[in-house]
Amino acid sequence: MPKLPAPPLPKALLPPPKRPGQNGNGPVSPVEVGAEAGITVVDWVDERMQISGGIRWLLFRKVPKGINWFYTLGSATMFAFLNQAVTGVFLAMYYRPDASGGAYESIRYITDDAFLGQTVRAMHKWGASVMIILIFLHMARTFFFGAYKYPRELTWIIGVVLLILTLAMGFTGYLLPFDQQSYWASIVGININGTGPFVGPYLSDFLRAGPEFGATTLSRFYAIHMLLIPGLIVALIGAHLYLITKLGITAPPWIKAVEEEAPEMHETRV
Amino acid sequence: MPGSFEGETVTRRRFMTGVTHGAGGVAAMAFTLPALAFAVGPLFSRVPFNWQTVGTTADFTDLTYVTKVITVVQGIGNAGNTIAFMRKRNPSIDTEPEDQYNHYIALSSRCMHLGCPVRYVAAAERFICPCHGGVYDFRGMVVSGPPVRPLDRFYTRVHQGLVQVGPRYSVNFELHRFSPRDPGQPLNGIGQYLYPKRFDTSILPKN
Repeated sequence: MPKLPAPPLPKALLPPPKRPGQNGNGPVSPVEVGAEAGITVVDWVDERMQISGGIRWLLFRKVPKGINWFYTLGSATMFAFLNQAVTGVFLAMYYRPDASGGAYESIRYITDDAFLGQTVRAMHKWGASVMIILIFLHMARTFFFGAYKYPRELTWIIGVVLLILTLAMGFTGYLLPFDQQSYWASIVGININGTGPFVGPYLSDFLRAGPEFGATTLSRFYAIHMLLIPGLIVALIGAHLYLITKLGITAPPWIKAVEEEAPEMHETRV
Repeated sequence: MPGSFEGETVTRRRFMTGVTHGAGGVAAMAFTLPALAFAVGPLFSRVPFNWQTVGTTADFTDLTYVTKVITVVQGIGNAGNTIAFMRKRNPSIDTEPEDQYNHYIALSSRCMHLGCPVRYVAAAERFICPCHGGVYDFRGMVVSGPPVRPLDRFYTRVHQGLVQVGPRYSVNFELHRFSPRDPGQPLNGIGQYLYPKRFDTSILPKN
């Protein structure tokens, strides 16, 4: 199958030109084959997926003049989310959502007995606070730089939904160790939900899976924390990144647009 | 529509598309609706609650409260237990009407602000909540702080000389009985309509 022409690479990534005197069409030595093994595999996959154009579009996007460190907050938030996801997956391999003591015992095992369990659990616990801080800083940066205006309103709306989902992750995850602090904090949180008029009692019953805090409450929070909200967050992050790449990055508000100077008109003298 | 017969309202293509989408919708509902009902089901199934024996009639006095541990959720060990503050009814201070279920007063330990457990301080004859400073008096009425109604109570009865505790109920400031509500939901005046009763709370056991 004929290869389609690849989109142009940025200059920094073009292969270096052959030195004068080398024959680019000569016999291929095993050293050259070995040096190019990696790119050969990538080429094999890319010939079938045709995805390298899309990856270049995502990674090598243009940034405006005046770009600064504030613009890294969004990527930092996503990095914190990936940290939570990876440490969360490995914590889930040891955690047991059992309200009659198994949850607390599995957390104790992770903290005390498992190799690097204390480290992974701490990464997850502190990573949650880090993610909340970064997401608020990112939201503040977007707000104060006016980056929510046309055509980026949808990006902003998706970002607000991501904020709410992140807070919900914090709320549901807090219950999972099922110690005194988790238990009473979740009771207070669910009762706060119950103070909303008309739907409050049913909303808190829905969260608790019943009128009292029971075993199904812990299971429900675990399923929401592990499956429902991470799925939604991943989908919305994908949409958020697509929109950002498609619409481009705005310049900071102190960068003024430069007008093209009109060519000077000379009066014709009669 | 171009190419249609006289009086034709829907083309064959549109009919086919519509029927296929409809069939796809039915198939999706086939796995979505049971799952949703599974998630929402607990709102509608009644939680069973039997009378629990907490002591004999000699264990309680009308001068102070005795704490007893009762089980409100079965099957999860300690996490399903809670504390009831119990005393004998004192007609000189308990002015609400007396019936077979309040010869012994059993107060719930959950603060009616947001649900933290209160403790009884005998020297001051007050219940104090550690979370946000709610204070209740000897009868469980609010004297200070953010709670919105008096402490919830449990039905009690005397059965063959044993004092037994039944389901929980909520009260407003006139100590009128309501089906149990969550903390933070006021029940005076319009409150009982703003925060309607739920379908899944325990009702009085028949025996």
